[in-house]
Parts: sequence; C-alpha cells; structure tokens
Amino acid sequence: MYRWLLCLRYLRTRYIALASIISVMLGVATLIVVNSVMAGFAAEMHDRLHGLASDILIECHASGGMPDPDAHLAVIRDVLGDRMEGASVSVHVPGMLGIEFNGQLITRHVNLVGIDPETYDKVSQFGRFLLHPENQPGVSFDLRDGGYAPERSGFPESGWVYRRQRAAYDKLLEQERARIDAAVRQARASLTPAADAAPTIDEASVGPSMAMDFSSSAFVSPDSPGPKQFDPAVDQYPGIVLGIATCSTRMRDSDHEIRDHYYCRPGDDVRMMFPNASDNTKVVNQKFTVVDLYESGMSEYDSTFAFVRLDQLQEFRGMIDPQSGTRSVTTVQIKLVPGADLNVARDDLRRRFPPDQYAFNIQTWRDMQGPLLAAVRLETTILNILLFLIIAVAGFGILATFFMIVVEKTRDIGTLKALGASGAGVMSIFLSYGLLLGIVGSGVGMVGGLLFVRHINSIAAVIEKITGQEVFDPTVYYFNSIPTIVEPATVAWVIVGSIAIATTASVLPALRAARMNPVRALRFE
Amino acid sequence: MNDQPVLSARGIYKSYQKDSIEVPVLRGVDLDIVAGRVTAMVGRSGSGKSTLMHLLATLDYPDQGEVYFRGQRIDNASRAARDAYRNRDIGIIFQFYHLLPELSAVENVLAPLMIGRSTWEYFRHRKEARRRAEAMLDRVGLLHRASHKPSELSGGEMQRTAIARSLMTNPAVLLADEPTGNLDAETGAEILKLLRGLNTDDGLTIVMITHDDSIAAGADTVLRMKDGRIQDGRVALVA
Repeated sequence: MYRWLLCLRYLRTRYIALASIISVMLGVATLIVVNSVMAGFAAEMHDRLHGLASDILIECHASGGMPDPDAHLAVIRDVLGDRMEGASVSVHVPGMLGIEFNGQLITRHVNLVGIDPETYDKVSQFGRFLLHPENQPGVSFDLRDGGYAPERSGFPESGWVYRRQRAAYDKLLEQERARIDAAVRQARASLTPAADAAPTIDEASVGPSMAMDFSSSAFVSPDSPGPKQFDPAVDQYPGIVLGIATCSTRMRDSDHEIRDHYYCRPGDDVRMMFPNASDNTKVVNQKFTVVDLYESGMSEYDSTFAFVRLDQLQEFRGMIDPQSGTRSVTTVQIKLVPGADLNVARDDLRRRFPPDQYAFNIQTWRDMQGPLLAAVRLETTILNILLFLIIAVAGFGILATFFMIVVEKTRDIGTLKALGASGAGVMSIFLSYGLLLGIVGSGVGMVGGLLFVRHINSIAAVIEKITGQEVFDPTVYYFNSIPTIVEPATVAWVIVGSIAIATTASVLPALRAARMNPVRALRFE
Repeated sequence: MNDQPVLSARGIYKSYQKDSIEVPVLRGVDLDIVAGRVTAMVGRSGSGKSTLMHLLATLDYPDQGEVYFRGQRIDNASRAARDAYRNRDIGIIFQFYHLLPELSAVENVLAPLMIGRSTWEYFRHRKEARRRAEAMLDRVGLLHRASHKPSELSGGEMQRTAIARSLMTNPAVLLADEPTGNLDAETGAEILKLLRGLNTDDGLTIVMITHDDSIAAGADTVLRMKDGRIQDGRVALVA
C-alpha cells in the first residue's frame, strides 16, 4: 500500500523525474508517428502497386507475342483451377508519343498498352483512375462531349466541345494564313519581276522552327485521305488514354501553388510511333485522339503508360493472322481469388511454362515491385531500431535520475525500514515508481503521438507556413496528403517496450535502495 | 507485577570498521528492560547507546551476543520476522523525527499499518485504520494538524506525530533515541510529559536514550553507559 502512495507522491513532487520521462514520451510519440506514417505509406503503396498490377503477370518477350491467347488461357485455367478469378490479355509495346504543342512536337517514350476494356478492369484497377466520371465504370475509347475531371479546378476545357472549338480555330487560322499568303504572293508578284523564283528561296531559307509553325496545319490534316474527308470537328482518330504525366507537368507557380500544365487534353490528337509485329520490324506511325487521361498517383505509371483498344493495336501491329484470323497478345494478366497464395500459383505456372521452352516471364506483382517494398520495410525496421535506442537513452536518464532520488531519499528509506518495511518493499517502491513513470510517459506519448498522427496533415501545413519549406511535397510523392495507419498491435508493442525499458532502468537504483543499511540511512544527513 | 523482562540483551559486542581499524563500540552489554517502566540510557556521545538501541530494534546485527524479545531470540531471526517485529512489537522515535516529507501527518501515522498490511487488507480496514490514526493524533494533541505536511509543522509537532506513529501498532516497547535532543527546553519538557503520560496511563514500556542527566532523572531506571559497557544501573539511580 505504502509503495503506491509513496510513488504517487514522488511522481507529484519530483519534477526532475518528470523531466526524465519526457524523453520516454517523445520517443513513444515519435515511434507511433513514424510507424503510422510508414504503415500508411506502405499500405497505400501496396494498394496502388497491387491495384495497378494484376496478381500474376505473364509477359511474352517475343515481339510478335503469343498467338492464340484463348488456348493459353485454357491451359492457365487448367493449371490454376478454381484459384483463378479472372484474366485479361493485352499487348504491351514500347512506343514514342508525339504531342504537338504550340507548333512544337513534344516526344515522350511510352509503354503503349492495348487493353480489352471489358476484362482489363477486372484484373487490375484501371477505370477508377480515369478523369471522366463516365469512363470510370467502363472506359469508352470515344471522345466525350465534356465534363472531364469535374472535381478538379483548373482542368482545361476538354472533349468534343473543345475539339470543335479548336477545329474551328484551326480552320480560321488556315484561312487567314492562306489569305496572307495570297496577299504576300500578290505583292511580291507586283514588286519583283522574278516573282516565280521567290517561293523557292523562301522555302530554303526558313529554319526548322519556322517549318514547325506551318506544320500544325499539316498535322491536323487527315493522315490517310480516304474517300471521305476527315473533319476534326466531327471525326476522331482511334481513342487513346494517356498517362497524365506523359502530357502534363506539375510545378509550383510563383505563389507556391501547385499547378498542372497540360500539353494536350482530351480532344487533342497525338501521334504514336511503335514497332509492328513482323520479324522485319518497321515503325508504325499512327494518329490517335486523346479521349481521357489516366492518373493513378504512381508517377512511374502515369508518366509511361498510354492505353488503346486491344483489337485496334493488334490491327495496327499486324498481330492478326491473315489466314486463320487468330490474334496474338504479349501479356496475360491473371487475378486470383482472395487468399490464394501468389507464389504457389506463380510456381505452378512456371512449371507449366518452363523458361527454357517458352519466352515467358511469369511474375507476381510483388516480384515486380520487390525492391521498392523491401526498401520501405527496411526503412521501417531501421527507424524502429533507432527510435527504440532513443527510448533506451531515456532509460539511462531515468537510471541516473533514480540514483539521485534514492540518495536524496536515503533517510526516508531508513525510516521505512525502521518502521518494518522489508527490502523487497522498499525496492518495489522504486520499481513501481519506474513503472509508473513509464506508464505516464508512454501514455502521454501515446496520446500525443496519436493526436499528431490524426492531425498530421494540418500540422504539416502549419510547419509549411512557418518555415516556408514544403514538408510533404505532392510533386514528389504519390499522394496528396500524408497517409497514416495506426496499427493497435504496433502501438501496444511500443508502449510495452518503453514501459519495460523504464522499469528495467529503475532496477539498479531500486536494488541499491533495498540493500541500504538502515542504520547508516537513518544517520544520513 | 511480572518481572520477566520484555526486552533483554546478553553479552552484546559490536564494533565498526573505520579506515580498516576496528573501533569497538559495545563490549559485552547485558541489559533487561522491565515492562511498564521508563528506562533511560545515559551516556556521552560515542558511548554506544545509539548502537545499542539499533541492535534492540534489530536495525543492525551484533557481532556477538543475543537479543531477546519476550524470551524469543530476535537478533538472528529471519528477515521477515525482524521486519514484523519492528513493525508490530516496537515503536521507534528519533531525534530528527524521521517523518516522510511527502505524506501528511495522518498519513505518516498510518504508515506502519500500510507497511504491515497488504494493500487489500489495508483497503478493507482503511476506515478503521484512519479512525485509529486520528485517535492517536488526538492523544498527542495534534488532531487539528492532521492534514499538514511535516514541513508545515514545528519541531515539537513533528515529534508528537512521530510518537503517534510509533503507537499506531500498539507496540510493547517504545524506543526513543534522544527524543528531545533537537527541541528547546520547553518543548522538550512537553514531549517528556507526553511520554510519561503514556507510561502512566497506558502502561507503555519506554526505553529512552539521552545525554542529559536531568531528563534521565525522571526515569524509573537509569542505565549509564560508558566505554561500551553498562555501569550498574542501581548505583546510578542512587547516585
């Protein structure tokens, strides 16, 4: 009884001890914050990575891909049995994207993916990352009238409305140019007798950038003149969905506001160059109309992917056997039922398609993102070790403080022994004191840490305002706000660990108190 | 009256190490404390009277000799038995009061019960314990200061609190180490009067250490200590 009364009183009157538990408190709070942020980060990343990649990916290295995907799918279904929930075939091909912007051609290397809109969304998340709300449940590769990214302020006008305006503007521009050209030619003809030589000189003297200026009109003009004239105001090329970072940059303006700048938007036409599937590879040069943008938040994906319809890409690349009409694909994406063991399924498939016979690369999504996930795990582990060292340092602080308190309380210890307190009883005063300090320190630390985690984004905003330094730069990270997950088990471990450290640190001083000679203690001045 | 001594010592030797030289403090002390009497131990500083008292209170071990409480040997008893003996069978007061500064007067008085009982037991009887503590404080005339901390009490009040504390477990013997040594004459006299009252009213056996002959004169028995031995008490009383 007295031990609790005494250590409660010590807790209330010895402020020096409270100072020593501030380090425990800070350590616990930091551990909780760091673990929550890391867990949130890892979970978010897992989510994103897993969402974007299907469970298992079978890639065919051959440029022509694997013929007859249906037969392959049947074999795969046979191998996996009822573990398989769905599958989608697609064509992945490296390509070069050309965007015309202000008369300049911007080129980007992209991963051109031909997808089957029906099944692709079932094996991996795709639709939800599109900007047009109606495209999210099921992508249509036809341009929509408008209404792209309704929740996003500052997104430029897109869709058919924009395309018509632009077509009308281009038409006007062309007319105006033609008028000026005619006027210039007329003027030249009247000024110089050798008027017929002028255009050739002109053509030779203009630099490439000048030529670009004029190329815009050529760019918009139909690629393959058919019997029907292509009119950009009413017609579109095959639809393409671009990763948002392939055609935009995110930067900070002078007011430090984040601005996205788009080089092209839904409604614009772009050019794609990619190899065809023949053994004697040639480059296919095809125009597409941007019908939507894709923003997953993973810059790796957003800056390299462009999606088109599978059947169209197969056609452009010549992946359809002219005789039998069978189509080839390069990639099979498989989704397993929840809870199925990815690695076992992968190994089963690898056994069925051994690498020395098939040019297949069979991977789970974890294999593909292994280094990234391992890096995050390693970071979490190291941070945990370092922060626990902080608490251990706090433990030594408690040790030193307790020694001082034991010396200070020497006479009281003697008194207690004279009143019949046992050595174990005296020891338990200081052990309980250490325990209590640990509980109070880690309790306050826990509350502080959890509050910090809860308001981490507003705290980051305040720090940003004070220091002017971006804490969590959305142009760098995948997320707009700091993701956090508080795992009760982790919090419990942190608390238990720090209480254990605080109690352990009080063992030595408590032993010293217990062994104290009562006579000497009573005489102590 | 039962003449069997409540507390006795036989052939006690005790010495201290000081800079690797053995300094003998007690050299063969024989002592009997008779129940119901006030015994004063007089001697100059260094005569070993405090050491003897610590041995009687089992706060220290004798090098040789035995200490008996009601005929039971206690100097070599188990730790638990000695703790219980200190807690229940004797009360101790000190020159410097030795109150716990974090606790109020009444909590200090309660301390022996808190120490002697388990938490559960203490909680079950806490009301009764509190009543008893208040009664003890009342007995020493300090009920009105019950909730004060020792730092808010005067020296005399602190010693009264210490006396109330020592009476809490209803001990057979009260050991008092220079109870008035740190008090002015008037306050010291009050404390002595209180102790004497406890002896006459409640029949409390008191062993009091003092260096002041005038204080010792008020005792029933005076034991004079010199060079680690007790000189004949009766002679001293007559003288």
